[in-house]
Amino acid sequence: MADASVGGMDAAPIGGAHDAELYHPRSWVTKYVFSQDAKVIAIQYSVTALTIGLVALVLSWLMRLQLAFPGCFDFITAESYYQYITMHGMSMVVYVLTALFLGGFGNYLIPLMVGARDMVFPYANMLSYWIYLLAVIVLAATFFVPGGPTGAGWTLYPPQAIMSGTPGRDWGIVLMLVSLMLFIAGFTMGGLNYVVTVLQGRARGMTLMRLPLTVWGILTATVMALLAFPALFVGAVMMLFDRLLGTSFFMPAIVEAGTHLRHGGGSPILWQHLFWFFGHPEVYIVALPAFGIVSDLISTHARKNIFGYRMMVWAIVVIGALSFAVWGHHMYVSGMNPTFGFFFATTTLIIAVPTAIKVYNWVLTLWRGDIHLTVPMLFALGFIVTFVNGGLTGLFLGNVVVDVPLSGTMFVVAHFHMVMGVAPILVVFGGIYHWYPKVTGRMTNDVLGKLHFWVTFLGAYAIFFPMHYLGLMGVPRRYYELGEMAFVPPSAATLNVFITVAALVVGVAQLVFVFNLVWSLFRGTPAGGNPWRATTLEWQTPQTPPAHGNWGGSLPVVYRWAYDYSVPGADQDFLPQNQPPAARTVPA
Amino acid sequence: MSIAAAFFAVLAATVAWWLSRQRLMSKPWLEEGPPVDLPGAGASSPSAARLGLWMFLAVVGSLFSLLLSAYSMGLGTHGMGGAAVQPLPVPKILWFNTGVLALSSAALEWARLSARRGALDGMRLGLLAAAVSAFAFLQGQLLAWQQLRAVGYFLATDQASAFFYLVTGVHGLHVLGGLTAMAGAVARMRRGAGLEQMRLSVGLCATYWHFLLVVWLLFFSMLLLS
Ligand code: HEM
Ligand SMILES: [Cu+2]
Repeated sequence: MADASVGGMDAAPIGGAHDAELYHPRSWVTKYVFSQDAKVIAIQYSVTALTIGLVALVLSWLMRLQLAFPGCFDFITAESYYQYITMHGMSMVVYVLTALFLGGFGNYLIPLMVGARDMVFPYANMLSYWIYLLAVIVLAATFFVPGGPTGAGWTLYPPQAIMSGTPGRDWGIVLMLVSLMLFIAGFTMGGLNYVVTVLQGRARGMTLMRLPLTVWGILTATVMALLAFPALFVGAVMMLFDRLLGTSFFMPAIVEAGTHLRHGGGSPILWQHLFWFFGHPEVYIVALPAFGIVSDLISTHARKNIFGYRMMVWAIVVIGALSFAVWGHHMYVSGMNPTFGFFFATTTLIIAVPTAIKVYNWVLTLWRGDIHLTVPMLFALGFIVTFVNGGLTGLFLGNVVVDVPLSGTMFVVAHFHMVMGVAPILVVFGGIYHWYPKVTGRMTNDVLGKLHFWVTFLGAYAIFFPMHYLGLMGVPRRYYELGEMAFVPPSAATLNVFITVAALVVGVAQLVFVFNLVWSLFRGTPAGGNPWRATTLEWQTPQTPPAHGNWGGSLPVVYRWAYDYSVPGADQDFLPQNQPPAARTVPA
Repeated sequence: MSIAAAFFAVLAATVAWWLSRQRLMSKPWLEEGPPVDLPGAGASSPSAARLGLWMFLAVVGSLFSLLLSAYSMGLGTHGMGGAAVQPLPVPKILWFNTGVLALSSAALEWARLSARRGALDGMRLGLLAAAVSAFAFLQGQLLAWQQLRAVGYFLATDQASAFFYLVTGVHGLHVLGGLTAMAGAVARMRRGAGLEQMRLSVGLCATYWHFLLVVWLLFFSMLLLS
């Protein structure tokens, strides 16, 4: 890292330096399957992640069906309910969102946005995807092994995760841990690429402070992921040892079904520390790219420069750094020292400051903007509302005294779905609608897109808003069925039916999205190179979709920041980053 | 915890220092203009490979600092069952292994310096010595495992021995990975890679080796102090 400074402010090589090294595919297979082109890898990542996302969505249906109509479905047993929860949570957080934002958006956008021909280590980049795919296959395989997937919850807390009462303790947990380790190894290869490409591969004139916020978000999130995932890796190795080799890293002396286990002397809390040292930064690993993308969507579709660019950059970096010091707020109920609780509550509330700055800046960017309610813009607006909502309940939960009674209730489920489920997913959709024309050369269908937005946005509120209320009533989370609970009124059951119906509707609406993507590929109206009249470099490529090598004969040269919209006196209401200052006309 | 805390503090300081040199205070919206007008534009850049290695070391450093923190925390709990953890008898051979690993590191440093001077023979000799002593290190670690098993400390015996096998195992795998990379560099040399390329490869290997030596010294001293 120290070496990065040698280049001073602008470490970009002089144009053309990459031409000699650019890898050229020789056959169909190396062009589209084992491709080293970041754009192809991005599509591979995205399609794989969306596929596993649909599986996770179906699992959420099954859980919702059980919660609304307990006992009506024979195949949903208590064991399988826990398996659904675990696979749904883990898939969504790690294999869907992380992979989509970093592997998908990161791969596609970084080289194009910084003006590079490709990632700096294309071979490792290709390997990254194939190891990710392997990780996904191992994860999916747990559905078919004896005993099924693990039902330990996505937090995989020991000792129960590897004890015989828990579903999937034989194979499921082992494969889950192996799959996570594979994911981390694969991600590290990709992640090193993203960081080094941003630092070393920038076009001439692309200073760090001229980078679009999307790149800042993805860069910071990648650095965080590179540093946080090792905690999960260490934990996974240790738990594998406990499960397979009889060590007791996480296992205290324990009695199971009347017999003393061979384990003893270990600390279950140690796992919680390792897990949440990864787990909390993970929230921001999916949030920071979303922050960045939303900033660019809002600026482009409101035809206004982003408000407070510098502060936006600082906030991203500060949030990234602080989020390594708050993991303890997930462990208030673990019986930790009250002083630590105080420490973690304080750091948690401090993070709210830079986060709030970002929200203000988005709103101020919109203020008196020329807002075009395009589909990407709708999703960006939906994100802001949802994120504020989830962030506010986060402030509640950050306080120890509020968290202790609420943790373990549906309130927590409502909170984290708002802030890290729905909000980032809305950005994923917005981003896909926004960049689809660049990726395919065709526009998506507007009517279908708006239908998708409204059903998803309103539906998500119908699903998760009432859950706050359920949680305040004391309805516990991770319960297969409520049974007799004196403090839960019968109306909770009605509410649960309502939520489930909403969940089914939202799920079906995603088919509209998938249909739109496939249909537009063949029937969408041709988009041209820059349909949104955006300033950033990816819209200025000579071909659309960008050809191998991105820039044709010569690399772009950057003359300005990424947000020159509605500049007074300019011919057009936007100035591309590669437009020289003197000539005020847009190159054809 | 303190090791991970220290590691991440150093990392944060490095990032902060680096960022402080990136003109984060500039006002990009006012700085319309060709790149040549901007200070630092076109300055020579360190090779992507070297930056990649440093980033990788940050990742591996995070891994080991967390592992060592887990080690100190795991021992600190003294077992939830109450029994205090017996410290591990430190096999004498670990002193020898430490010396050999340091030798390996020194040999690579020598190879790096030779490569810089263009002394190819010195570089080859350095690489050879480094590889041989690294293998000796790994062999020595295996012997240490054997000796511990002989006196009844197996992987699952208690916390101290479990962590010992785990940390030495992970560290050994990283040494093995380094040897693979070194073999790759030698193969490239055989196929006639240029001096510039060899300088880079040998330099990268040397950096990585020093890093693994530091990790080992840290763990070894923790072992002695426990
Ligand atoms: C239509 C969309 C979704 C629905 C209907 C849904 C529904 C559910 C339900 C019913 C639970 C189990 C609650 C319990 O009994 O404790 C759950 C858990 C969870 N969901 Fe979702 N979910 C959706 C989307 C997402 C997304 C996008 C994410 C991504 C972050 C996500 C992450 C999680 C996590 C981490 C858990 C906790 C798993 C655990 O307790 O171990 N969900 N979800
Ligand atoms: Cu958190």
